Amino acid sequence: MPSDLVHLYMRIDHLPQIWCPGCGNGVIMRDVAVAIHELIEDPALNFNREDFVVVSGIGCSSRAAGYLDFNSIHTTHGRAIAFATGIKFANPKLHVIVLTGDGDCSAIGGNHLIHAARRNMGLTVIAFNNNIYGMTGGQYSPTTPNGDRATTAPYGNVDRPFDIANLAWGAGASFSARGDVYHVRETIDIIKQAILHKGFSFVDVYSVCPTYYGRKNKKGDAVDMLKWQRDNLIPTARYYSMPEGERKGKKRIGILAYNDYPEYTEEYAKVIEACRKTGGEGEEARE
Amino acid sequence: MSKAVLMQGNEAAVEGAIAAGMRFFAGYPITPSTEIAEQSAVRLPQVGGKFIQMEDELASIAAVLGASAAGLKAMTATSGPGFSLMQENLGYGMMAEIPCVVVDVQRAGPSTGLATSPAQGDYMQARWGTHGDHPVIALSPSSVLETYTLIIRAFNLAEKYRTPVLFLMDEIVGHMREGVELPRPSDLIINQRKMSFHDGANKQCYYVPEGQYVPAMKPFGHGERYNITGNAHDESGFPTNSSEIAGKLVTRLLDKVEKNTGDIVRVEEYAMDDAETAIVCFGGTARAVMDAVLEARAAGKRVGMFRPVTVWPFPAGQLRARLPQLKRLLMVEHNHGQMLLEVQRAVGREKPVDFLGRVDGTVISPRDILDKLNEMEENGYAQ
Repeated sequence: MPSDLVHLYMRIDHLPQIWCPGCGNGVIMRDVAVAIHELIEDPALNFNREDFVVVSGIGCSSRAAGYLDFNSIHTTHGRAIAFATGIKFANPKLHVIVLTGDGDCSAIGGNHLIHAARRNMGLTVIAFNNNIYGMTGGQYSPTTPNGDRATTAPYGNVDRPFDIANLAWGAGASFSARGDVYHVRETIDIIKQAILHKGFSFVDVYSVCPTYYGRKNKKGDAVDMLKWQRDNLIPTARYYSMPEGERKGKKRIGILAYNDYPEYTEEYAKVIEACRKTGGEGEEARE
Repeated sequence: MSKAVLMQGNEAAVEGAIAAGMRFFAGYPITPSTEIAEQSAVRLPQVGGKFIQMEDELASIAAVLGASAAGLKAMTATSGPGFSLMQENLGYGMMAEIPCVVVDVQRAGPSTGLATSPAQGDYMQARWGTHGDHPVIALSPSSVLETYTLIIRAFNLAEKYRTPVLFLMDEIVGHMREGVELPRPSDLIINQRKMSFHDGANKQCYYVPEGQYVPAMKPFGHGERYNITGNAHDESGFPTNSSEIAGKLVTRLLDKVEKNTGDIVRVEEYAMDDAETAIVCFGGTARAVMDAVLEARAAGKRVGMFRPVTVWPFPAGQLRARLPQLKRLLMVEHNHGQMLLEVQRAVGREKPVDFLGRVDGTVISPRDILDKLNEMEENGYAQ
């Protein structure tokens, strides 16, 4: 029997999902559903379910948009953030959430990610980062570590990888964070804060792909990969309480960058207002 | 009519679009279409609309489709290189049935080509640029005033048939300045989007009643949750692997244009009543053709102009209706023979079809056309 959460926020007719056994993507999809649920249920906030729009591109991650029971649009490879920009700008009251993958948002869609970060329109982008192209069967992605194997890196990956959360931060994102599929509660809270953030927010969620990335690189099964996350991805408070020597090789999860830069649609609303006030001619003025 | 104003073609595209209800523009600068973005940036906030300059053309068309899905009439404008970049998402718009208008102010190609020079080399790309079988509506204006009125029609057709409509301008019309008397807003016919799904028991978002071709559209944020995808999908809007449903969907998408050509297709005929020679042309090329027709007429030749205003679907029926009176046809276009292929397909072997084209970035002059007519005459109009 599906849980109440599944009944409430997922399209039961379209389940079970297509992800492989052990895939971390289902965990992230649930994190998103719980985060939205908690925001809607919070009496101090005024979140309306009908105002959420879930946008995705192409790849394993992007199937999540169809499973989540909100307004949803499954777009073209790499372009989800650009579609989302149009949706949010057209109707700024909508909460626009982009579900994307490491390839979708940092290879084919990398340009849209950095410009959305710079522009600071109030989108929330959640990357399902599994270090591989899963849908096409295990090719190396921009987050496959150097030296690791993939079907297109049979002798080890020569590329150096992106840290996408740092990339978004470097591009000027007013909110950039990192989560994973082991630290579920922490990641839900990060996603909630990302949605509450007024400007552009980016959350790089480390998923696990035991089927392609894990198998190719002898990382063990899904449980082994989660244990690796437990031991190497450290929530902020604990990370900073660790002696510096112990931090080596480990990564911090939590919020990396936070700024209250002006939000794009609010700034543009001022442009419209100014045009009206200074007598910028309207349609009628032409006659 | 209101008072006459001096206006550029690109500017008329913006004013017409705003009159049609355009309230969103996303674009990327490219010669010779840039004035459309510039003018949209000035005008849209004045009417409460939104302008955004995106990072590239891939993003521009994506943002336009997103804005349309959220309920605004939306447009982008580009030229050949940018039009090439937009092709994938154009197909998305056709498959997901998201209305919008895409302006291509054509310049000389291929590749970067001659960025500031006129051409009409994107005619076939407009039809076949995106992959897969898909419906295409493309309109092409030949004057500044027509740019204004025809782009309103482009928006109306986009909304009516729920599909991206291509507005195929060229550098000649885009950069031409003419005195125009714009119609009063109250004289314009503007189609508004039906903001709800089809009435009745079936509330599926892509449900199409028997005998109709176009599902009703409800924008995101208006109370009913649904899914949009570029995958083959059923009436509920969700992906399907059923060959039966996929085949039915693509057939309906093609039919909604092909079964409505009577509504969609428009041509302009000039001095055709007693014409023995028809000069076929479209867009800015018509200006030289008109001059040539007048001069040929003055010299006693029975020449007329047949100009598709709707360039896709090609008005084959209207052209064929003229064949009995014609002795010959001459296709004049700024490319190496693209619409020529459609003319030949429509005419078959019934009448000879001659061709005059240019791919060097210069304009075809009335003199060139008259010389061609004389040459045809001297050659005894041999095929």
